[in-house]
Amino acid sequence: MRRFRLMIITLLLLWFMSLNQLSMASAEPYRPTDDAQVLERLSFKASDPVARQLDTLRADLRRNPHNLEAAVKLATRYIEQGRSEGDPRFLGQAQAVLSPWWNDLAPPIPALLLRATIRQNAHEFDQALADLDQVLIAQPSNAQAWLTKASILQVQSRYDEARRACQRLARLAASHVLLGCLSDLAGVTGQSAKSQELLRQVLADSALSGRERIWIATILAETSARTGAIREAEQYFSAAFTVGIKDQYVLGAYADFLLDHGRYRDVVSLVQQETNADGLLLRLAIAEQALNLSTLQRHISELAARFAVSRERGTTVHVREEARFTLTLQQDAHRALPLAQANWNVQREPADARILLESALAAGSRAAAQPVIDWLKANHVEDFRLQQLAKQIQEAAF
Amino acid sequence: MRILFVIAWLLLSVPAWAHKPSDSYLSLSIQDDHIEGQWDIALRDLADAIGLDSDGDGQLTWGEVRNKHDEIKAYALSRLALSADTQTCTTQVLEQLIDHHTDGAYSVLKFRSNCDGAIERLHVDYRLLFDIDAQHKGLLRLTQSGHISTAIFSQESPAQEFSVAKRSRWNECIQFIHEGIWHIWLGFDHVLFLLALLLPAVLVRAADRWQAAGTFSSVCWNVVSIVTAFTVAHSLTLSLAALDIIRLPSRLVESTIAASVVLAGLGNLYPMMMTRRWMIAFGFGLIHGFGFAAVLTDLGLPHDSLLLSLVSFNVGVELGQLAIVATFLPLAYLIRHSWSYPRLVLTGGSLAVIAIALVWFTERAFDLQLFPL
Repeated sequence: MRRFRLMIITLLLLWFMSLNQLSMASAEPYRPTDDAQVLERLSFKASDPVARQLDTLRADLRRNPHNLEAAVKLATRYIEQGRSEGDPRFLGQAQAVLSPWWNDLAPPIPALLLRATIRQNAHEFDQALADLDQVLIAQPSNAQAWLTKASILQVQSRYDEARRACQRLARLAASHVLLGCLSDLAGVTGQSAKSQELLRQVLADSALSGRERIWIATILAETSARTGAIREAEQYFSAAFTVGIKDQYVLGAYADFLLDHGRYRDVVSLVQQETNADGLLLRLAIAEQALNLSTLQRHISELAARFAVSRERGTTVHVREEARFTLTLQQDAHRALPLAQANWNVQREPADARILLESALAAGSRAAAQPVIDWLKANHVEDFRLQQLAKQIQEAAF
Repeated sequence: MRILFVIAWLLLSVPAWAHKPSDSYLSLSIQDDHIEGQWDIALRDLADAIGLDSDGDGQLTWGEVRNKHDEIKAYALSRLALSADTQTCTTQVLEQLIDHHTDGAYSVLKFRSNCDGAIERLHVDYRLLFDIDAQHKGLLRLTQSGHISTAIFSQESPAQEFSVAKRSRWNECIQFIHEGIWHIWLGFDHVLFLLALLLPAVLVRAADRWQAAGTFSSVCWNVVSIVTAFTVAHSLTLSLAALDIIRLPSRLVESTIAASVVLAGLGNLYPMMMTRRWMIAFGFGLIHGFGFAAVLTDLGLPHDSLLLSLVSFNVGVELGQLAIVATFLPLAYLIRHSWSYPRLVLTGGSLAVIAIALVWFTERAFDLQLFPL
């Protein structure tokens, strides 16, 4: 009898505790009671230079919505901002600014170039390449088009074509643009040593713009990391950060570098304020998993919800991250593998190779890894982690 | 143009893992001659479209949003046109709330559109934000007599038409009866609760020991009293909740239901605590009714035939319950004399019920996932 009462009391206690939690987590729409409650933080204040600059450009365009020059300026600024914040809204806004020309068969060259950039961003690589070819037919000496084309061809692992596109820059652009273009390529095609040497000299050039410095430093950092030159990689990442322009790509690349070296606490302090960006939240959660932090479960369910919404809206640009999420955080190799494979069919960068190899290894499927192993061999890819994974898969007794 | 070089290059691998793009969530529920709607629009998008940050400090407070309610309403309504069979519906915003989705705070507009006469074809023209964000999408959830369909509005397909199935009262009844039956069969918590209460029904307690009950009629009477009490109680609260007279948070309801199953099991192990089982059935039946109501709300109750669907659903639940009792009772009655019934079936069964229900309770009350589904 006494035991029974004790049980009832425990149950009631549990129940009341759960009631307390209830009042905190309501999933229903509500009416806040406090006017001062902060609901949302915007990317910038009205007084920030970026906001003012955007305001001026918007006002210019409002006065004359069909003015190509004003539209290109604003769209370019939006795209640049998209890079800083990692916020696709800016790309949608750039597209909206270009809407008078967006559906034209032959838009003016500057609009066509931006359309290609926005399209490759949405992983519509073939359409983007078609836009660029259209530019190059009209202006064979358009350096911007050659550079963008080279980068898309590289993502599609069409390295010979990419190299030819880079080489067209020789007489059209500053030498560091040519070097950057070729070096990024060299890193995945087994010729990184020489290009790194040349690129190092470029970085010493004080005439580089901030964005250019970030670009060159990131190529150097990532190539160093892939060849195991940890100290150099760290130096180049810090060179990219000292420029002082926020850059989501560099943040992600550095977070990956830290994760690879078990520096989980550094990852947490690097990206814990950046949870709005899916890719950075993913890296944060991976670090939290290693550190066994209590915030992990909340971040996992948040990421799962975001991937679900992305599927619901019909976009597939998140597949690489979703595969990594599924493999590393949900530890479900059999669901991660098809995602990694689908992603490999669209883009083929070292990160795409890595998630496919890791998923194949975890799922015990040598056949699934074969395309990447072939790619590694055919191009002499310099990346010791990828080589290790490939070796593990070949030696594994599946 | 030099700057642009590098930007285009760098953008390549970036926003694939960026923030969530801009989406709004529109739910429309068709009710014969009018539409009930809810529209969740991101505060960040509204800030871009009409400017919400009045003091320019980069933060949106409830006060700032509240002051712009009229502008938000006017902006949203000018971007959504609903029409039924060429007749334009007039839309009224009923209230504006706040909700949080995975990527931040949203303004929630609850509205009602009157369409003059029964709706047979619904035409939705969605133009929110496309002019400033060409990649914006509107995710629609359309509910009509219990069926849910989805659609996506984008700049390429801003206008879409949906045919509204002719509703037949009879089909609707059948559908709700069907849902009721399935719900009690698939809602293991209700079944377990009922079974836990019924397990000792074929026994009587004498001198602190279980003994097989004598006549079938006394057993029947016992069962009927329990089932009736449960039915009356849950019908009562089901109706109150479905008619929106009482509302309880679902987590409270779900965890209390789990707790009720634990108690029912415990009652079998400590029988002196529960001499009047029908009272237990009644008391907790009240809570189970709220659980049923949640399902009914999810199905989307047609407002003009609220009572009919409510009764049909309840009839379904009773039919399902009856089927369970009709299977259980004869079996239990037949083996009631066996030595194993009080030990194996009653004690073992109750322990199993308690174990399962405790897991449910912990999961529901503390929002944990102890076992994968």
